Amino acid sequence: MKEISLWDLYFTFFKIGGLTFGGGYAMLPLLQEEVVNRRQWASEEELLDMYAIGQVTPGIIAVNTATMVGYRKRGILGGVIATLGEISPSIIIITTLATILLRYKDAPYLQQAFSGIRIAVCATVTMSIIRLMKKSLVDLPTILLYLLVVASTVLFSLSPVIVVLVAILFGIVVQNIKHRKEGI
Amino acid sequence: MIYLALFYEFFKVGLFSIGGGLATLPFLYKLAERRPDWLTVQTIADMVAISESTPGPIGINMATYAGYQVAGVFGGIIATLGEVAPSIIIIVIIAKFLAEFDKNPLVKHAFYGLRAAVVGLITFALLKLLSATLLAGGSINYLNTGLYLVFVALVLVFKKAHPLVWILLGAAIGLILRLPS
Repeated sequence: MKEISLWDLYFTFFKIGGLTFGGGYAMLPLLQEEVVNRRQWASEEELLDMYAIGQVTPGIIAVNTATMVGYRKRGILGGVIATLGEISPSIIIITTLATILLRYKDAPYLQQAFSGIRIAVCATVTMSIIRLMKKSLVDLPTILLYLLVVASTVLFSLSPVIVVLVAILFGIVVQNIKHRKEGI
Repeated sequence: MIYLALFYEFFKVGLFSIGGGLATLPFLYKLAERRPDWLTVQTIADMVAISESTPGPIGINMATYAGYQVAGVFGGIIATLGEVAPSIIIIVIIAKFLAEFDKNPLVKHAFYGLRAAVVGLITFALLKLLSATLLAGGSINYLNTGLYLVFVALVLVFKKAHPLVWILLGAAIGLILRLPS
């Protein structure tokens, strides 16, 4: 089998990063097209496994998946190059936009537009939360944990780092208790 | 040194935010509390808008924008590299030693708790966003609150619509009603 060039890795993930709107969950169809169908770097099953690992490891899902594919093909350097490809379009587009926006930030039209945009953003984030709730709050313990997290971060401004660590412990303990009950 | 501080702060964001772009939001709010010279609650809302309406992972877009605001083009690049560095390290370790990582029961159990907590953290971020947008100096801004409820209803009805649609509509309404900043 011919070795995949680093340039190919970079360019493929540059394309995926530049064409994905809306982050990790939106990238799967593009990954399937580029990595499985067109370039045959991985089988459908292998890709889904890599994508699953990308979701359960810290960091941005899209970056995790890119690193994983790159690593499997060309080792550590491949992982780094694929990730750099994935994030390059963001850096170019956002830097350009930010330069323009920050230059005209005092223009009244831009301020009015952004006042409206902020309201729309609140609505899109609300929608994301509703969607996530359906998937994540599956029983009484998870609902209680959710309420506890909201209360402790809002009222006592608990650090999200501590929340993440406690939630991992919570998940393991509650699932163990559940399994033990089922075992008896 | 500003670049080192940016790298370190976004390394932490990348290390602890699990499960999609919006999961970085609570960490950005904490950052805004500690470093108000870098970020404010208002700029975070703008960052979400820009990141949702441009291509690329939302978490990456927000890191680039935040870094750019703090220290220009190079700042954007450094913040983004800081955010992806933990991913690269962790994924390489997992790919090398733990092939079946996602099927490990311990990982599955941890995620049962993590998923619920992450929704809680994003809810906390939303409450911060809402209080900045709907409350002005301690009193409710009724116009903004009414518009927010209309938007939520629209988003719930037209579930398939791209976020860009809502952001453009928001901009149009802001211009037509001449909403104050």
